[in-house]
Amino acid sequence: MRDPIATLRNRWSDSDARTDGGSATESERSLLSRDSVRSAPFWLPPFLLVGLFVYGAVVWNFLLSLTDFSGIGEPDYTDLDVENYLVAFADPIDGLLSTVGMGGEVNGATPAWSDLTVEPVWNSLGNTIALMVGFSAVCLALGLLLAILVDRGIRFENTFRTIYLLPMSLSFVVTAKFWLYMYNPNTGLINVALGVVGIGPVQIVQNPDLKLAAVAFALIWQFSGYAMIVYLAALRGIPSSHFEAARVDGASTVKMYWRVIIPQLRTATVSALVVITVFALKAFDFLFSMYGGYQPGPSADILATRMVREAYANQNWAYGSTIAVILFVMALCIVAPYVYSQYRRGDL
Amino acid sequence: MSTSEGGAGLKRTALYVVLVGMAGFYLLPILTGLFTSITSPASYTGQAPFLPPLSPLLPETGSFSLQSWGNAFDGLARGLANSFILVIPATILSGLFGSMAAYGLTNVDWRGQVGIYALFVAGIFIPYQAVLVPLTQFWYNVVPLQSLFAPFAALPLVQEYHWKLVALIVTHTAYGIPICTLLFRAHYKKLSTEMIEAARLDGASVSTIYRRIVLPLSVPMFAVVFIYQFTQIWNDLLFALTIVQFGDASVVTQELVGIGVSQSGTNFPLRMAAALLAALPTLVVYVLFGDKFAEGVTT
Repeated sequence: MRDPIATLRNRWSDSDARTDGGSATESERSLLSRDSVRSAPFWLPPFLLVGLFVYGAVVWNFLLSLTDFSGIGEPDYTDLDVENYLVAFADPIDGLLSTVGMGGEVNGATPAWSDLTVEPVWNSLGNTIALMVGFSAVCLALGLLLAILVDRGIRFENTFRTIYLLPMSLSFVVTAKFWLYMYNPNTGLINVALGVVGIGPVQIVQNPDLKLAAVAFALIWQFSGYAMIVYLAALRGIPSSHFEAARVDGASTVKMYWRVIIPQLRTATVSALVVITVFALKAFDFLFSMYGGYQPGPSADILATRMVREAYANQNWAYGSTIAVILFVMALCIVAPYVYSQYRRGDL
Repeated sequence: MSTSEGGAGLKRTALYVVLVGMAGFYLLPILTGLFTSITSPASYTGQAPFLPPLSPLLPETGSFSLQSWGNAFDGLARGLANSFILVIPATILSGLFGSMAAYGLTNVDWRGQVGIYALFVAGIFIPYQAVLVPLTQFWYNVVPLQSLFAPFAALPLVQEYHWKLVALIVTHTAYGIPICTLLFRAHYKKLSTEMIEAARLDGASVSTIYRRIVLPLSVPMFAVVFIYQFTQIWNDLLFALTIVQFGDASVVTQELVGIGVSQSGTNFPLRMAAALLAALPTLVVYVLFGDKFAEGVTT
């Protein structure tokens, strides 16, 4: 349909078809192609940008994960294999992290499987899943609770809503600085509060047992307001007759929410969950700021930090790409069913 | 939704106690940071950091001083400038492209638009990590942007290192398009089809309809999208870290990471002042346009 004359003719035939109701299948087909062509100046440039920088880069990243690219220089695309994935998912030895390693020498040859020196991803994968599950569950529960409270016809509703959502407007980097202060063992408010209950000052940020929980707690502080807003919008969408019907039946408030209202919040839960889990996958910025660099330590290391460290601190580019593919697949597993269900419901 | 009168008073009070308590939970870290940042570093003890520093009136709180804010500004000035150079064009470009894409995929009917749109939606959720190494390769080894940009450095106010910010602007624009498209599309679906149909029957072209009808009706949505994108891009660290890397072109989030730490320990007043200063543009936007921000994140 590049031919301008053909386009023009389609245009004519289309306007004819439109005036008489447009029943002929032939002119209908030309109408379809015509509209896609005529609207192309609008959707094509953004589509090309997204196609190149998002999807093109994802494919390129997958290719890189098959190479042995490390150190400085150019990646070599002639010798592709899945070695990096074997390293990533190698068995941990004796319950410890196995160091299966990679790429000591880069003298043009493929580093052999045996003299690689990189850890598999099990540790950071486990942390990622723990963070995702713990953080999302608490975030949603707290958000739902807040939404129900805010929905009780309160005064100053706007003020409360604004305050609850405020942390979401902050950068991960800023949040990390605030919580580093809150957690510090000498004067941090968390330790002051613990001191009141009689628990001595606790090292939180550098404590392997508490690190991940501390990170999750700060992220809950930042994003539970978001869950609240999503649930509140959904609660407002439920007809008030449902609330009243439950009350006429004599149901208590708790029972009413549990039996009648919460089951209707499924869509809101799913969309909030998708967004929040993906935020957890991206918590790199927070950890980088909290620990002042690429090394959050093994007990708080998630795939997001591991990937950037391997690529940009250790220059194991190909291995970094491999971890990135794992992250991408995890995100895809969460998002694809969501997008598909949206499509099925006709919401796209 | 008010509960029945008898015994409701107590319930109501409990409700407000919980609501105010939660407001305290969300505000406390920020307020603590604010009060610490305006404490003079010399008098800072760390006792009761949640109280304003009014030393004679409130014992042990230290004395008031804006010294840390001054120091924070000196430390972050370049980063703040770079952030503004990055954020303003990237926000406008991604918003415009998003609006165009949403129009091309919504108000003009053709098969296949849902498929393309699905790709856009999925693009919102792709973790940045999945593209970092290719993007670094692209901007440093494939596109000779540095040498292409060199002639522009002769222009006033343009520095040679700004080429890195150009790379970052393009990257953020591309990554912002999916979410902007989603926001605009939700809006465009609600536009009256009759008006567009009428204009079409009058012989208005696709681009005339966009300029004359759709664009003027999108103004409120542009506010939502710009606020959302401004916050997102301003707050980002990862793309800046990997594409700009540390140096002259560092943005404010990068500069903030290392501030306030030295051999002698952590300078909390300086660090809190820096954190608040880095957050100030987004906080101002949020306080002024909170409802628009809420609309952006929930659509």
